[in-house]
Amino acid sequence: MTEMNMVEAINFTLKQEMEADDDILLLGEDIGKNGGVFRTTETLVETFGERRVVDTPLAESAIVGTAVGMAIRGLKPVAEIQFLGFIYETMDQISAQAARVRFRSAGSLHVPLVIRAPYSGGVKTPELHSDSLEALFMHSAGLKVIMPSTPRDAKGLLCAAINDPDPVLFFEPLKLYRGVREEVEEERFTIEIGKANVVKEGDDITLISWGAAMAETKKAVQLLEDSNFSIELIDLRTIVPLDEEIIVHSVEKTGRCVIVHEAVKSAGVGAEISAIINEKALFYLSAPVLRVTGFDSPYPVATVENDWIPNVNRIVNQIKQVWELSLN
Amino acid sequence: MNWIVQDKIDIVPVRRLNEQGELTEDTVLSENDQLRVYKWMVKARRFDELAVKFQRQGKIGTYAPLSGQEAAQVGSAFALEDEDWIFPSYREAAACFVRGAKVSSFFKYTMGHVHGGILKEEGIFPVQIIIGAQALHATGSAWADQYKKREGVSVAYFGDGATSQGDFHEALNFAGVFQVPVIYFVQNNQWAISVPYHKQTGSKSIAQKATAYGITGIQVDGNDAVAIYETMKQARSLAITGKPVLIEAITHRMGPHTTSDDPTKYRSLEDDKSWAEKDPILRFRKWLEKRDLWNEEQEKELIDSIDEELKQGYIDASEAPAASLEDALGHVYEKMTPRLLEQLSELEGREKGQ
Ligand SMILES: Cc1ncc(C[n+]2csc(CCOP(=O)(O)OP(=O)(O)O)c2C)c(N)n1
Repeated sequence: MTEMNMVEAINFTLKQEMEADDDILLLGEDIGKNGGVFRTTETLVETFGERRVVDTPLAESAIVGTAVGMAIRGLKPVAEIQFLGFIYETMDQISAQAARVRFRSAGSLHVPLVIRAPYSGGVKTPELHSDSLEALFMHSAGLKVIMPSTPRDAKGLLCAAINDPDPVLFFEPLKLYRGVREEVEEERFTIEIGKANVVKEGDDITLISWGAAMAETKKAVQLLEDSNFSIELIDLRTIVPLDEEIIVHSVEKTGRCVIVHEAVKSAGVGAEISAIINEKALFYLSAPVLRVTGFDSPYPVATVENDWIPNVNRIVNQIKQVWELSLN
Repeated sequence: MNWIVQDKIDIVPVRRLNEQGELTEDTVLSENDQLRVYKWMVKARRFDELAVKFQRQGKIGTYAPLSGQEAAQVGSAFALEDEDWIFPSYREAAACFVRGAKVSSFFKYTMGHVHGGILKEEGIFPVQIIIGAQALHATGSAWADQYKKREGVSVAYFGDGATSQGDFHEALNFAGVFQVPVIYFVQNNQWAISVPYHKQTGSKSIAQKATAYGITGIQVDGNDAVAIYETMKQARSLAITGKPVLIEAITHRMGPHTTSDDPTKYRSLEDDKSWAEKDPILRFRKWLEKRDLWNEEQEKELIDSIDEELKQGYIDASEAPAASLEDALGHVYEKMTPRLLEQLSELEGREKGQ
């Protein structure tokens, strides 16, 4: 066991996996000598050389598009998009190319590719550096989407992602990159893609969140417990495939659900979860499923971002709201 | 001041075989291979004519004709080795046949089969619909060969329209920086659906674009199979040493863009006529006949055997089991997700009349 923050856990995992498998290479902007703008790839170029840690020209579509070509031909590329907001540049290569190769070739070709990108607000970045875009990729069949919220989860999930035969998007909450330290096993381990984590069991209300939003959500849980609410907190960890089983079980038990995510509300992942609960656990509900989310505007300027991001107050208020709306 | 003047960038297209069927420069293509190239071109033309006819009869879906581009496709693919990979667009049936693709695969593709057009065994990547996207896949594939120290080149096939896409430029730029064994083969057939070359780009040639990326560019008469073959052979030996090449083959699509397109709306009969005189198959045949390597009787036999093969290909394709929704859901991920499994069982329930 070693104490690590998320950046260290990611760096450790990349190194460990690259040592285990020569077919893994990294490509992205400023990931070599500079070690990545957040230092997630620090020292890797010194260890593995420029053949395996490739500083690319500044072109996202090419980073992903060439990685797709590599993956088809037997490599396991891990591509970095410097900030998630820049992923629009490569939407075609992700959603229309990587996601569809297996389908298009009726299973004869596949793309074992990982695309890593930091996202999340609350750190006063310039425009398009903070956007949460997981719903875009949930809507593109053929991709997996992972959003860890702790160093240990980041390690286990990244290891699983690199060794997964399908294209995986791995979104890293930059707000939590250095915020939390915890004991992480040094040995190689994987956390199953598609399994949510019940962070805390409880009886009154199911609270579902993931990635960056887990920070405020956890704080809210603390406050609510002090006011005697029994909260069941679920960290989704994986957006695709979605762990419907855990969600439905939990809601069957608690009868109430609040979903917290940083992405905008309309057609967000929260809407999907709410629909699932509607389809599979409606008669267990004693109150409508509520969401605490970003607002339906582009991610705002730094001076107002803390009002825009779901914060402790908004989360606590919605929980109380659900409680008040309850039938029993 | 040393302004770069576009018009002064001089490019002389490679040519070997003129429209009269005369060889103007030597070729390394053996007589035996000359005959093989000719036969592939004739097969491509017959396939094309048949596919258009079948589409009109409702036997197959939309089809993108290639007539006029046989020399570019056959000559280039013929110069490749078994270990090479090609990344075609929707108009490259001829190049795929030369690589070993089955006629039935192509018919299946146009008939909407999940298993149509999948030609991994022949080193052919599935047909690309998004214009230009495959330029990057070929670059990555070449990169993988180099990384794994495998001898082979990757070739992206696309049209002049694709050279306006960002992916084309990003691919050439990466190739220039990383020096991977890739060849970009552009069939400049003068049209991107209805938009002519001069409205696609302000530059005098596509070949010259290579210069800006630090890679080798060359222009070739795309209706001259001999010149194409020679160029591709040399490009391959350059690429294999890590020197990427952009080849611009000047050619012309004789037919419509696809079976749902009407070219009379955007181009003139005179234009079509002048290109018809440059027919890649006619000049090759003249060349063979002049040297008594080919005659009317052989032509007839060839056509008969091709027609037989095409007919069989169509029969095989039509007898293939119909595509099912299960196939579609089963190839999204390596393992079906719980949601896909649930949707599949919904489907099965419906089939059982539940
Ligand atoms: C990204 C994208 N934009 C538009 C289209 C629609 N489209 C299909 S073919 C075509 C023209 C392509 O021309 P060119 O690249 O010259 O190839 P050609 O058809 O002449 O072989 C267009 C606009 C498409 N398939 N993909």
